[in-house]
Amino acid sequence: MAATSQISPQSYNYDIVKKFTIMALVWGVLGMFTGLYIALELAWPIFNFNTPEITFGRLRPVHTTLVIFGFGGSALFATSYYIVQRTCQVRLWGELMPTYTFWGWQLAVGSAAVSYMLGYTQAREYAEMVWPIDILIALTWVAYLVIYVQTLRRRSQPHIYVANWFFIAFILATAILHIVNNMAMPIGLFSLSSYSLQAGVQDAMTQWWYGHNAVGFFLTAAFLGMMYYFVPKQAGRPVYSYRLSIIHFWALIFLYMWVGAHHLHWTALPDWTSTLAATFSILLLLPSWGGMINGIMTLSGAWDRLRSDPVVRFLIVALAFYGMSTFEGPLMSLKSVNALSHYTDWTIGHVHSGALGWVAMITFGSFYHLIPRLWETTMYSTRLINTHFYLAVVGIILYISALWVAGIGQGLMWRAFDEYGNLAYTFIESVERLHLPYIMRALGGLLFVLGIFVMTYNVYMTIRKAKNEKAEFEAKIADKMATAQ
Amino acid sequence: MSSFWSNYIIILTVLNIVGCLWLIKWASKKRKGEASEGEVTGHVWDGNLEELNNPMPRWWLWLFYITIIFSAFYLWLYPGLGNVEGAFKWTQVGQYEDEVAQADKQYGPLFAKYAATPITELAKDKKAKAIGQRLFLTYCSTCHGSDAKGAPGFPNLADKDWLYGGSPESIKESILNGRSGVMPAMGAALGGDKGIDEVVSYVQSLSGRKTDAAETKAGKAKFEMMCAACHQKSGEGNTTLGAANLTDTIWLYGGSAGAIKKVITEGRNGQMPAHKNFLGEDKSHLLAAYVYSLSQ
Repeated sequence: MAATSQISPQSYNYDIVKKFTIMALVWGVLGMFTGLYIALELAWPIFNFNTPEITFGRLRPVHTTLVIFGFGGSALFATSYYIVQRTCQVRLWGELMPTYTFWGWQLAVGSAAVSYMLGYTQAREYAEMVWPIDILIALTWVAYLVIYVQTLRRRSQPHIYVANWFFIAFILATAILHIVNNMAMPIGLFSLSSYSLQAGVQDAMTQWWYGHNAVGFFLTAAFLGMMYYFVPKQAGRPVYSYRLSIIHFWALIFLYMWVGAHHLHWTALPDWTSTLAATFSILLLLPSWGGMINGIMTLSGAWDRLRSDPVVRFLIVALAFYGMSTFEGPLMSLKSVNALSHYTDWTIGHVHSGALGWVAMITFGSFYHLIPRLWETTMYSTRLINTHFYLAVVGIILYISALWVAGIGQGLMWRAFDEYGNLAYTFIESVERLHLPYIMRALGGLLFVLGIFVMTYNVYMTIRKAKNEKAEFEAKIADKMATAQ
Repeated sequence: MSSFWSNYIIILTVLNIVGCLWLIKWASKKRKGEASEGEVTGHVWDGNLEELNNPMPRWWLWLFYITIIFSAFYLWLYPGLGNVEGAFKWTQVGQYEDEVAQADKQYGPLFAKYAATPITELAKDKKAKAIGQRLFLTYCSTCHGSDAKGAPGFPNLADKDWLYGGSPESIKESILNGRSGVMPAMGAALGGDKGIDEVVSYVQSLSGRKTDAAETKAGKAKFEMMCAACHQKSGEGNTTLGAANLTDTIWLYGGSAGAIKKVITEGRNGQMPAHKNFLGEDKSHLLAAYVYSLSQ
């Protein structure tokens, strides 16, 4: 049966978790601020300042890379290393390897951002890194896999906790996706440019098979792993349904792999590929909701916690946004809806309801649980957690509603005909109309960025507090020792 | 697609969908010795992490079944299973062609009416011009600008200067079949920098600008030998070839000495794409009328 005795926290490798946690916040602040800046560029193009390095085209991948891989990736490393140790009751395997994954990952994220600003890109969405960075990521990722599997193998528990299934699926799938999608032949040993192994529609298919599964495994499965640990921990309640976790896990990982082609509807893609992607996107809806239900229902019997605990609020709102965006996704993957939504800002809004609403909110909630435990103290200010919560929620709502207005409006304008069957609006008219929604979106983004500033301040003060407490404690001990002598 | 790959896709797809049903059945099965419904399973992690043995929510399960049934119907109706066409015989190209045919049927007669009217008359018809302008804003403004005044490399259509002639027929011809303007690179033929600079001076002098007299004179001789075949001895150009008039102050690629030197040295390839297959004869007719009206 399950071991009930716990090993002491001192025997866990918390140092690596702390490092990744801090870097997640650093990249989060930088990446979200870059997001705000490019939102301002869209509303007021003057912000490009005629400087190539900071134009929208170059900063946009900087933003996505910093928030997805910098913030999201570091948060996943931190939480997965924490969770695998706690749920296996064993120290993280290896000493040098985890440290290597830390530096390897930070170097990859940092050099990617710098290289985009200098104009070096592979021009594949979410895989813009040039080939040397791709190799660094592949090596780091394989190390991550080895560490994770070795730690699991050494567990002192008979069963593997559900969160770890999701993390393992995420690590394995990401390795496959990253390597296959980045197969390329460099132009020369000292050139950053390369040719993709695939061409034409096959290349596009490979890219979106990667692109969508980056969403599916990196931004969904992995964060579900985070959810499966921190929601029951923070709520102090058992996971709602073991059966549901099994079925939605397997359904999710089998179905996600099929749906990437829905990013390429109405293109040179063969009709059957398009149809299959749409079919499986619909099938994916309920497995996705399985995770949401399991998370939200875990709270049943402790609903009052929503009133008293801002951390629970973060977690539950994250799950609600997860449910919302996994409903919106299949809807947009239908060919007829996609004909309206594709290439419009609706897509950007959809991504952000997932990215801000689900990924960032579940991370914030988890961090507010994690950080005081790592530094063995309490959070500096609960009021600031509340402030962060409201800033974030209002920010997200402003953001996604602005882009619904923008995107659906764009889609309708582009397809409107006049009484002679000609397009009723020119392209530039649809651009002009975006000005106000873009300002509103930037405002939503501003609130969200302020939120993470508040969080960073709160975390900084918490760590400082922890250091003072420790010093005081040590002084007390020293005093006692002195008097005892 | 070969029948092997088609079958491969069919088998994989069907297996995955049937797999969903099997998964539901497998996950719902009661196992020997498992905790009773609503109780914790008995596994504990990290001190207090437990799981309840609750069944899958009914409403969730039914919705899952509904999406599985939907997917079966969808794949029966639309082409998804390899080479199977689907009951609707739908293709995206087919849908496009149907919509175009429908639009032609609905709007064709409207345009046919205008197609029978000469361009010079249409250029005075307010309604025809309004339709033409809408077409222009959609298809032409990207290069020629919303006001049709062009941009460097893209001719101004609102003035009286025409590379290929400003008659209604010429304009329509430009729209229907496009134009391919070629100014060959003359750098080497003119004997390098010195020769080029001389020709630049002469070309600038043609539109009345002050230039170095000796250089201009040397340039004139070279111009008459190397350039006059297309631009004519007078420098007034030739609309049959699309050779630009060099005696006016209108410059497609800029009129500074540097800009002219670049054109002479490296040459230019101007492309106006053909719109015949894309817009058709009748719409091009209206478009030509609108463009023609701009310089009247």
